[in-house]
Amino acid sequence: MAYEDSYPAIRPIAPVTPRTARLLERLNRFPWWVIAVVLIALITARTIYLSETYLEAFRFIVAGLSVTMMTTLTAFLIALVIGLVTGMGRISQNILGRNIATLYVELIRGIPMLVLIFFIALVGVPTVVQLLNSFGHWLNALGFYSIAQPLVLLENKGVPMNVRAIIALAVTYGAFLAEVFRAGIQSIDRGQMEAARSQGMTYWQAMRYIILPQAIRNVLPALGNDFVSMLKDSSLVSVLAVRDITQVARLYAGQTFRYPEAYATLSVIYLSMTMLLSMLVKVLERRYHSHER
Amino acid sequence: MNDDGEMIVMRNVWKEFGTLQALRGVSLTVRQGTVLVIIGPSGSGKSTLLRCINRLEAPTHGEVWVDGQPVVADERKLPPLRAEIGMVFQHFNLYPHLSVLQNVTLAQQIVRKRSRQEAERIALEQLERVGIGDKAYNYPRQLSGGQQQRVAIARALAMNPKIMLFDEPTSALDPEMIKEVLDVMLMLAREGTTMVVVTHEMNFARAAADEVIFMDEGQIIEQGPPEQIFSSPRHERTQKFLSQIMV
Repeated sequence: MAYEDSYPAIRPIAPVTPRTARLLERLNRFPWWVIAVVLIALITARTIYLSETYLEAFRFIVAGLSVTMMTTLTAFLIALVIGLVTGMGRISQNILGRNIATLYVELIRGIPMLVLIFFIALVGVPTVVQLLNSFGHWLNALGFYSIAQPLVLLENKGVPMNVRAIIALAVTYGAFLAEVFRAGIQSIDRGQMEAARSQGMTYWQAMRYIILPQAIRNVLPALGNDFVSMLKDSSLVSVLAVRDITQVARLYAGQTFRYPEAYATLSVIYLSMTMLLSMLVKVLERRYHSHER
Repeated sequence: MNDDGEMIVMRNVWKEFGTLQALRGVSLTVRQGTVLVIIGPSGSGKSTLLRCINRLEAPTHGEVWVDGQPVVADERKLPPLRAEIGMVFQHFNLYPHLSVLQNVTLAQQIVRKRSRQEAERIALEQLERVGIGDKAYNYPRQLSGGQQQRVAIARALAMNPKIMLFDEPTSALDPEMIKEVLDVMLMLAREGTTMVVVTHEMNFARAAADEVIFMDEGQIIEQGPPEQIFSSPRHERTQKFLSQIMV
């Protein structure tokens, strides 16, 4: 039995004029959830503004904003570099480079982010400091005093927690971004590399001038989304007592026992930042796609 | 160049992809200023043979010499050698993020170390030569297939290569655009460019080739001047192939 026989087409009761059809289509496509978001934002803003306690909580928490922003931004920039290098390593012909890159990505992907942040900040950084100390002593023994001195004097306590938090986030996100870059590079047709190589470009020249410009353009939206994710995940660094907005909110709640004020305000601050950024990513993406045509 | 004018020499070249033998002991010589056309059924190893000349494909066994120099796996010697060998691909492989002009100038600047002005002058000259000087500031995606392939030819020519390789340059084109590309190739052939062309265009082979090679199953079955190959092929497989494609 044919499809049409078993499921007769639904016919509108009244004839639909093109104008009504267009209107229905528009209503169907309209992003109603945006209205809900705007309403929530307005109501919250009003609540915060009118309520003495909310206003106090907001003022208290906002003090952590610069830490959250700085941590996210710095960590993301470092993660971009780690990700690009690792991503290229993942697909390199060099056995050593490829395996190191893959090992790094697999290790990071298999451990919860919270655990990684503890591990890198409280185990990884001290270990590296110790290694640098030993390296300094070795250089001292060889007679390179001027280079050795800062390495020997480097102390575990000398690395503040917010620096460790940035390192932890960067190392973690470096592995995620590596996969983004790898996929981006692999999405470029093989013929591009062949054409470049056939013209006498070296592998690195072809990467720099032909493959990466196209690959990076392709992964820009993905990078934007990862930036938003990182902004949210930066809240995890509060476990290191770094005074980002989450940590400050926790402190406020602990001192005053005003949990709704603290956590509602905190949520709204995150939400406004992430939604703003998401919209920005969408606009950029659309602009990029319109350039395509 | 070496004295006897041999631009390309291949000696007993083998290429294996796993268990598949794409080339099984191919030897050939291309003299300066001559046009070699390679024909044969698909999967016969024509493209692999061509790609072994500039080592986009590394032969499993055998030797390749270009202009008296061995084409070996040395990553420092390969780029300058490849710069002397222009290549045109079936799917054009233009750089989509660059304008037509930049497509033609980029390698001139970073490989040939030419100044931007000089590279642009040469690029415009070559684009003019293949008949699309007016498209220099467009992007590849704004061009038709035939125009894109002519840009690809200009891009290769701008490097002043000693040899031009063509890998089925008209196979991905709509029928009405094949002629504009073949006309450019015919012009190059008449100007004395050393060319190796893999193609299914027998009329082009007849008109432009100094020598035709028929390949099947990774081996050269028959070779000779086009009149002989097309009019009185000696080998049975050549006869069969030609009768199949020339209806």
